[in-house]
Amino acid sequence: MISPNRIVSASVLFLVAFFVTALPFERSGFDAEGTVSFLTTFLTTVAIYGIFALALNVQWGYTGVFNFGVAAFFMVGAYTAGIVTKPPDDSEFVQYIGGFGDFLSPDVLDSEEWLRFVVGTAAAGFASGLLAFLLSIPTLRLREDYLAIATIGIAEVLRRMVIEEGSVVNGTNGLVGIPRPFGGWFDPSDYKYAMLVIAVVVLVLVFIAVERGIRSPWGRVLRALKEDEEVVEASGKNVFAFKMQGFVLGAVIMGIGGSVFAYARGSIGPDSFTHFFATFLFWAMLIVGGSGNNWGAVAGAFFVWGIWNISLQLNGYDMPGVLQTRVFYIRDFLIGAMLVMILLLRPQGLIPEERRVSIWVDRRMRRLQRKQPPPTAEAGP
Amino acid sequence: MATLGATYDRIRGQLQDYQRVAAGVIGAWGLWALIGALFIWAAVDERQLFVIGLIVGSVLALGAIGLTLIYGILRFGNFAHGDTMMLGAYVAFFFLTGLVKEERRDTSIGFGLGDLPGATDRLGDLSFGYGFLLAAAGAAIVLIAFSVGLDRLVYRKLRQRKSSIVVFSTAAIGVAFALRAVLLIIWGPEPRTYFAGITPKNEYPFDILLKTNEIFTFLVAVGSAAVVYVILFRTKLGKSMRAYSDNPELALVSGINTDRVITWTWVIGGVLLAVAGVLLALQANLKPELGFELLLPLFAAAILGGLGKPQGAFVGALVVGVCQEVSVAYFSAGYKPAVAFVILILILLIRPRGLFGSST
Repeated sequence: MISPNRIVSASVLFLVAFFVTALPFERSGFDAEGTVSFLTTFLTTVAIYGIFALALNVQWGYTGVFNFGVAAFFMVGAYTAGIVTKPPDDSEFVQYIGGFGDFLSPDVLDSEEWLRFVVGTAAAGFASGLLAFLLSIPTLRLREDYLAIATIGIAEVLRRMVIEEGSVVNGTNGLVGIPRPFGGWFDPSDYKYAMLVIAVVVLVLVFIAVERGIRSPWGRVLRALKEDEEVVEASGKNVFAFKMQGFVLGAVIMGIGGSVFAYARGSIGPDSFTHFFATFLFWAMLIVGGSGNNWGAVAGAFFVWGIWNISLQLNGYDMPGVLQTRVFYIRDFLIGAMLVMILLLRPQGLIPEERRVSIWVDRRMRRLQRKQPPPTAEAGP
Repeated sequence: MATLGATYDRIRGQLQDYQRVAAGVIGAWGLWALIGALFIWAAVDERQLFVIGLIVGSVLALGAIGLTLIYGILRFGNFAHGDTMMLGAYVAFFFLTGLVKEERRDTSIGFGLGDLPGATDRLGDLSFGYGFLLAAAGAAIVLIAFSVGLDRLVYRKLRQRKSSIVVFSTAAIGVAFALRAVLLIIWGPEPRTYFAGITPKNEYPFDILLKTNEIFTFLVAVGSAAVVYVILFRTKLGKSMRAYSDNPELALVSGINTDRVITWTWVIGGVLLAVAGVLLALQANLKPELGFELLLPLFAAAILGGLGKPQGAFVGALVVGVCQEVSVAYFSAGYKPAVAFVILILILLIRPRGLFGSST
């Protein structure tokens, strides 16, 4: 039985997919190769942002922790990965702390191609998780809004620190020339396909990990927390510890996502981590896609980034004067308005939250159904 | 997993102990003493910055009072507050420049409605004339319409659905970004000023240099705060607002009209934001991004004073303003948000309910 809501969601997603493919195809003069190249970059970004939407889903969709400073964890992850994988700074114009890339590249198992990136991603996740741990101490026991404003604050403060302290991570110029994972194995012009595979692999791994976590007893405590903290407390669970675990896990995933972003971009600067781009967009993705559902989070990433790119393509068409220069702000407005509309009209998002998440119950039900077929209408009383 | 849980338990227990000790040592009186000491030191050591800080703080106070009122009545953090303030400032900017003669008109606005009386006048040492006051009044009317309209369109629907506070806050964030985009669509990202040219600084006792604009700003801000104080503590409306903020159920039972209280909260908040916005724009360049950057000091001030307590928000805003300005003597001006953030984290660690907050 397919519900009408599912048909609407599926057709909306299909429509976005159609325009994302068709517009560049038309604009490049029906050049198939160019379109494939565009779609590769597009899907790589969707995969990376999907990681963030999943992370935010762990924090807000499941645990009910209100992180409104994703940019902070994104930034910490990206910069940590950059510093770990890059060689040390070599001139007085480019200054940053560390640069462990050469140290991590001894000739063991051809480790030049993978070890530093594994370490970089792990370090990114650790640094971001540590930040979340520190931030959770003063805020998690208070009402949700306190964490929201504290995370907004840390994102702003970290961005200012990067700009003001030029020698820590090279100030406003940012880090450039972050090495590419397995970059030596591919022709530079074909590397984008490899990056797509890497991003998708990380997304799938994160997705599986989060699904397994949520379908475990631990995950069900998190979901219960979001609904009613007092009930969870009354059933003897340590509310603070579980909230902290959900928050830190989400932050670790954000750090990992930040590291993949840094590898994919190759260069990062404080401008990559503005509130709109690095926080608000992920919230829009999660709310539109459906908070509390991992498929929804990924679908939301695809949907919002698709809309974003469609408007980018529209920019090339003839439009009256003011619209021409300010079309990007119109897009920003539409995404903000869309968030409010979704909250008002369809708060469950494109793909709603499941009522029951349990591997055990699912398996049990399936086994039962196999043994005795479900009673049909005629068999009922 | 079990050992991890035990570790968390231990950490939490220790944290609570520390916090209890901290709260014991630095109770409300300790906090007041700390603030007093800070103010005396700042007033003696950094006179000029201290006075500027008080002026900035008095403007912040108007925003923080509105924020804390909305929090007390509607129970959510209005993350669109800073951007609404910017809307007020830009609407006044439109009245001042979009409406006047060709040569003063902002080029990005393709139309003008004629002359706003007094838009280019100047009063004495001030950089503006009575046209500015008309523009500010216009901005206040627009913000009242905007705030009440938004409540009817968005927040009331969420209230009827009994949504969680986080849904309110998320909606507010959506509104904030949509609003900022509107400002960018109409006025673009370039910084704007109300009045070109510079005004002289006069010398006052204790070698303090001030523009007349700044004195005007301080007087208007404190005056507006005083009016709000009178409304809240000397009128029947204020009484019902405070009653509703303290205990909504009890207020409902005693026959207080919820809709009326909520509407008046938005009206007061809107007027305060318009005043704060135009006063802020007198001191600094207008930029659409400023709205979001204001959130941190506004919330720090409201939380320092105790969320829901207008008198607390006033004191908190003065503290945040002074700390931010005095910090310029020691750190780069780029760290002003960091100062607000440190105040926020400290107060959350030591006394989350703030200066005036009740024990619950």
